[in-house]
Amino acid sequence: MTVPISVTVNGRAHELEVEPRMLLVHLLREELNLTGTHVGCDTSQCGACTVIVDGSSAKSCTVLAVQADGGSITTIEGLSAEGEMHPLQQAFWDEHGLQCGYCTPGMIMSGVDLLERHPDPSDDDIRRGLDGNLCRCTGYEHIINAVKSAAGGAE
Amino acid sequence: MIPSAFDYQRAGSIAEAIALKQGAEGDARFIAGGHSLIPLMKLRLAEPSLLIDISGIPGLSGVSEDGGRVSIGALTTHAELESDSVLLASAPVVAEAAGEIGDQQVRNRGTIGGSLAHADPASDLPAVVVALDASIHIAGAGGERTVAAGDFFSGLFEVDLAEDELITSVSFDAPSQAAYAKLRHPASHFAIVGVAASLTVEGGVCTGARVAVTGASTHAQRLGAVEEALTGSSLDDDAIAAASAAADVDDVNADLAGSEEYRQAMTRVFTGRAIAAAAAR
Ligand SMILES: Cc1cc2nc3c(=O)[nH]c(=O)nc-3n(C[C@H](O)[C@H](O)[C@H](O)COP(=O)(O)OP(=O)(O)OC[C@H]3O[C@@H](n4cnc5c(N)ncnc54)[C@H](O)[C@@H]3O)c2cc1C
Ligand code: FES
Ligand code: FES
Repeated sequence: MTVPISVTVNGRAHELEVEPRMLLVHLLREELNLTGTHVGCDTSQCGACTVIVDGSSAKSCTVLAVQADGGSITTIEGLSAEGEMHPLQQAFWDEHGLQCGYCTPGMIMSGVDLLERHPDPSDDDIRRGLDGNLCRCTGYEHIINAVKSAAGGAE
Repeated sequence: MIPSAFDYQRAGSIAEAIALKQGAEGDARFIAGGHSLIPLMKLRLAEPSLLIDISGIPGLSGVSEDGGRVSIGALTTHAELESDSVLLASAPVVAEAAGEIGDQQVRNRGTIGGSLAHADPASDLPAVVVALDASIHIAGAGGERTVAAGDFFSGLFEVDLAEDELITSVSFDAPSQAAYAKLRHPASHFAIVGVAASLTVEGGVCTGARVAVTGASTHAQRLGAVEEALTGSSLDDDAIAAASAAADVDDVNADLAGSEEYRQAMTRVFTGRAIAAAAAR
């Protein structure tokens, strides 16, 4: 069985036929070639696959592509308008919020959700907001600094 | 990890969802947020032949209050519960417990109906609905029925819900003072133990208490001896300590997160914290 779906990804509309068991992350990476979204654990734990679905963060390894039908998705590739880095991307660069970079797209997409909820976040808001994202390199402190600095810069 | 193949249908109404389920051959399942079901399907611990997506059914989402009775639609997400203005004013215990679930991404997708139907022994909301003496509203082919939360959970992933029935909403009287205290598993974020306490206090004396624990056993259960010890007490530190010492769990869980002894001990500790927080509310 395949199911027709229409999704808008980073502002572009797509009409696709998918197997119901296709995960959203596979739709993004394998059908649309948007490989910025990573698969870390594949068990809903690490947040590397986080994207924004209809305005809220979601682990795309735990969403079926058919569940996103009619929806609007933003991935890391959709953040930088015309080659300009998004304030969060710039802040991760400036504050050394990454080392290997594997967790970074997911961290940044969780950061987008977090700053939407808390435009002026406390440290605690940031730690809570990034609770669903694991990083094996940085020890998190620089990531928290990056989110804080992006929030400050956006004021 | 890719689930085994299945068919997929979207239900536009409660009646359509039930009809699809009744007409299905093999193992058909409802799917709401998918945050319990999809992980199981990826591990192939669940291999449904058909998923009936109920997430688009209109009218099953949101919180309302009428004359002190609070009603929550089954499709309301944990994130919505966490920040809902009606709940924050009338039943902050629900917002508090929902905010303790998983992480932001999980709360954005998971629903209260899915959480109660799935009845994971370590899930948070079962303890809250039991402590609030909530009614669980269920629709089936034969019409609607209501089950008291205290009777709904019966065992490990076992609830009073037939194959072709849907939870439509949960309702309860706004509690006067209630709180939830959780010992969170540091990796999974599920409850090692979680305790919800709802108290009625008149003139400094506790005239009624409902206290329920999750995570400690196969399913959420009331702590009857704690409730008895609290009733008639002044809720001072000694009374809370005496009541929480009576928190005996039937059939305590043991796993990598904690032995029986540890869970039993933590149940007492978190019972004390939940009561103290409710008393201070
Ligand atoms: C990483 C992670 C961490 C988590 N941490 C926690 C935690 O700390 N605490 C916690 O409590 N939970 C936790 N969860 C579980 C989460 O809260 C789930 O979202 C919830 O348990 C199920 O809701 P759902 O809408 O996703 O249900 P689904 O996965 O869609 O469905 C679950 C089951 O319920 C049935 N169902 C769904 N809706 C209905 C309905 N309205 N009527 C009848 N049957 C229905 C489905 O058929 C299925 O069998 C976690 C999940 C993940 C992935
Ligand atoms: S890959 Fe999705 S949460 Fe880890
Ligand atoms: S930078 Fe390497 S995992 Fe986070």
